[in-house]
Amino acid sequence: MTENSDRTVVVTGGSRGIGRAICKAFAEPGTRIFFNYFSPADPEGEKAAAEETIALVRQNGAEAQGMWANVAVPAEVSQFFDQVMEATGRVDVLVNNAGILRDALMARMKEADWDAVLSVNLKGPFLCTQAAARIMAKQRSGRIVNMASVVGVIGNIGQANYVAAKAGLIGLTKTAAKEYASRGVTVNAVAPGFIDTDMTAGLPEKVRTAMLASIPLGRSGSPEDVAGVVRFLASDAAAYLTGQVLHVSGGMVM
Amino acid sequence: MSVEDKVKKIIAEKLSVDLEEVVPEASFVDDLGADSLDLVELIMSMEEEFDIDISDEDAEKLVTVQNAIDYIKAH
Repeated sequence: MTENSDRTVVVTGGSRGIGRAICKAFAEPGTRIFFNYFSPADPEGEKAAAEETIALVRQNGAEAQGMWANVAVPAEVSQFFDQVMEATGRVDVLVNNAGILRDALMARMKEADWDAVLSVNLKGPFLCTQAAARIMAKQRSGRIVNMASVVGVIGNIGQANYVAAKAGLIGLTKTAAKEYASRGVTVNAVAPGFIDTDMTAGLPEKVRTAMLASIPLGRSGSPEDVAGVVRFLASDAAAYLTGQVLHVSGGMVM
Repeated sequence: MSVEDKVKKIIAEKLSVDLEEVVPEASFVDDLGADSLDLVELIMSMEEEFDIDISDEDAEKLVTVQNAIDYIKAH
């Protein structure tokens, strides 16, 4: 056990990709990990992925529970946190990781695509932060880490909705950091660059090659690269760090 | 427990002060050391406990312990 092992960690979107790597990174004996997952397009596949995350976390000796919940729906968010509180009575870490993509050039972007991405990627973190911060304020301690993106800082063609949501999330990070600092709660964001996940697997080879050329460290990132920084932000070592955005992009953005 | 006692108990809990300090004329900010977030949380707790909605406009007028007791009794 380490100094940070006895705690309750909540991760949104923990079934796959970076979320799963984060669950794994926090997994150690004594830690209780709760994550939600949601994918109406493929409920069975998503449940199977969640089971795999649970198994990986338990392998490392931590407790794990996955729950089906949509972070964009207030009632489902409060139910999710009610379950965490019933089970463990506290929330020490919240990682707002859940996110979706609906890429299109602005000229062709549908209002529904805009709304869906803003709901999940920005309103979701707002609702979860509200729920978690209330608990953390009472505890007089807590760590919130938001999954932003380098594109939220530099913009990106074909991602007006995603970029706007991630830029918004950076603003939310800074505001929450200021509002809850007096309660011992730190709020930071991680801005990943080009990371190998299901989200980026579908990109054409040409785009991939061009992306890699723009990364000084010369390789794409792994979910573990991101998870390690999230874990750091939630550790005692990062106690004096709040309202910041850490780029995990191999130097893509400086 | 009377409404008065319930309100006082919530205030003592939320602002982490002794129940004896929660006298009717005590101001949340000046006497009991509440900051803006404490005030919001206090209002939310009273809304929950008494199952009422307190508008932001009304909330601003709740400055002392007595203000809160009177408000709850009237709603």
